[in-house]
Amino acid sequence: MNLLQIISEALESLNANKLRAALTILGIVIGVAAVIAMLAVGTGAQDTILGSISGIGTNLLFVFQGNLQQDVRNEKPLTMNDINALSDVYQAPHIQMIAPIVYDTLAASYGGESATPELFGVTPEFEIVSNYFLIEGSFITEDQVNGLASVALLGPEVADKLFDRRTLITGETIRIDGQPFRVIGVLEPKGGGSFGSQDNVILVPITTARARLLDRERDHVDIAYVQAISAETVPIAQEEIVQILRNRHRTEIGLDDFTIFTQEDFLSLAGTITGVLTIFLGGIAAISLLVGGIGIMNIMLVSVTERTREIGLRKAIGARKRDILIQFLTESALLSMFGGFIGIIFGWVISFAVGKIASASGTPFTPAVKLDAIILATIFSSAVGLFFGIYPANRAANLEPVEALRYE
Amino acid sequence: MTKKDLTIVAKDLTKVYQMGQVQVNALCGVSLEIKKGEIVAIMGPSGSGKSTLMNIIGCLDRPTAGEYFLDGELVSDLSDDQLAVIRNKKVGFVFQNFNLLSRSTALINVELPLRYAGENEKRRERAVQALEAVGLGDRLDHKPTELSGGQQQRVAIARALINNPSIILADEPTGNLDSKSGKEIMQLLLKLNRDFKTTLILVTHDAQIAAETQRIIQLYDGKVASKRKK
Repeated sequence: MNLLQIISEALESLNANKLRAALTILGIVIGVAAVIAMLAVGTGAQDTILGSISGIGTNLLFVFQGNLQQDVRNEKPLTMNDINALSDVYQAPHIQMIAPIVYDTLAASYGGESATPELFGVTPEFEIVSNYFLIEGSFITEDQVNGLASVALLGPEVADKLFDRRTLITGETIRIDGQPFRVIGVLEPKGGGSFGSQDNVILVPITTARARLLDRERDHVDIAYVQAISAETVPIAQEEIVQILRNRHRTEIGLDDFTIFTQEDFLSLAGTITGVLTIFLGGIAAISLLVGGIGIMNIMLVSVTERTREIGLRKAIGARKRDILIQFLTESALLSMFGGFIGIIFGWVISFAVGKIASASGTPFTPAVKLDAIILATIFSSAVGLFFGIYPANRAANLEPVEALRYE
Repeated sequence: MTKKDLTIVAKDLTKVYQMGQVQVNALCGVSLEIKKGEIVAIMGPSGSGKSTLMNIIGCLDRPTAGEYFLDGELVSDLSDDQLAVIRNKKVGFVFQNFNLLSRSTALINVELPLRYAGENEKRRERAVQALEAVGLGDRLDHKPTELSGGQQQRVAIARALINNPSIILADEPTGNLDSKSGKEIMQLLLKLNRDFKTTLILVTHDAQIAAETQRIIQLYDGKVASKRKK
């Protein structure tokens, strides 16, 4: 028999039991749709997260105290002197700007409302380096840093919690850790970032934070945000930082007592994490595809039993084992192919809907149905159909014609 | 009579079934010869082994011991797939309950052996010819459920004829029909035997039908009891 006849016969016999075929297909549809949707959501999440990290600027480096890989004895803290050395254009020509930061989580309150945001002690450079914009008010000035001023900038989430609004807050006085601070502005929302939400923050002058809030030593710096002059010069800037800090900390031989992260490091780390997440989601969805495959096997076994006499007759008039095998395999392959096809469309619709719901609830997030996900789902569902079709088809092919003809 | 004129030569056919612990001897040394174009009836009470004999003659089953030649070819030792080819080319089956594909039209049912033979040329024309030969030229696209019992059996006969087989093996062909269509089917089988010189083997209980044949082989307890010639 040629392929066309085989397929038309298979369609005919599937057609004879429409409801049953439809339910079997449904199993595969759900499986494939789940795989497609989950992969799309995973990919969308990845794009969003990587996008928001890139949003900080790809020419950023972060310098921490300490070595994250190994213990170092006598590690020296980062100080303002280190920062000043790094700011030297002659020593570090590829560093454009550097923003020293101290930070911790502290309670803030206004009236009866309270919040526990990340408190950042910063300098005026932070505005440019971290790419913050203001809804209202103005950024922390050099004078305010030098004068240990009790002023604060609120992130939008903090403003929401304390004031239930984002404007007309400037001039109000809030309490941070019990001490009064005058609000001088509100930040624009930025979304998630490398260190948690960038919206649930309060910015105060670094000097004020050290002296009044965080109990740090006079020149201490927790993190330095370093901006290279361009994305391409990040590795050179990193090398300059390494040289200067090794020199200053006298660790030319031995382990560094500081760690530098670049935006690239964060991107690849986040990429790895979301990649694992995507595989995990897809893997769970694949289980439902497997269940759909078992549904095919179940139905094909029933079909073989029901059609035992037909198989006997076909053998009596000259069908070889191969012919019967192909006939039943074609049926299960067609079931899974239809299921796969409808599932792809359905999965695409689901991920489209997820995207709509996400953007309606304020999270800009676009699930992406990629070609490789479609190819993967198609191959996988066909493989499932063939794999679970083999056993029933083989059973049909190996029926003894005499027995099969006598079957009631 | 030369060997060439013999369509069927069976020597000492034995068939033993293993039913659990018990061995059942369905055939114990059956030998027979059937000439080309002959009409033979195989008769016997139930349990006499006539179904077993028919299955072996129809190449649906192999004997436990003994040799079976069909058209001079030793077929008792062939593999399953080789037997399938022999059944396709040389044997036409007509069953008591017709065994048509209920979802397919008369034409497709008749075409089916040609499909398995891999013959695509003039398939439709040959199927139409076969249906015309059994008097169903105007029922090509009817499904079995739209046909009477007699008509269904005619479709089955057309299907049996389509590959110009050496033998037509009819197992109680009139068993499920009323006497009028039963007679018509018998007349058709006999007419086809005259027209195409196809060996016709009838397995039947019905003495009236057996009386229409040239020879009756009586089976009893797995042995040939008599080969009555007329």
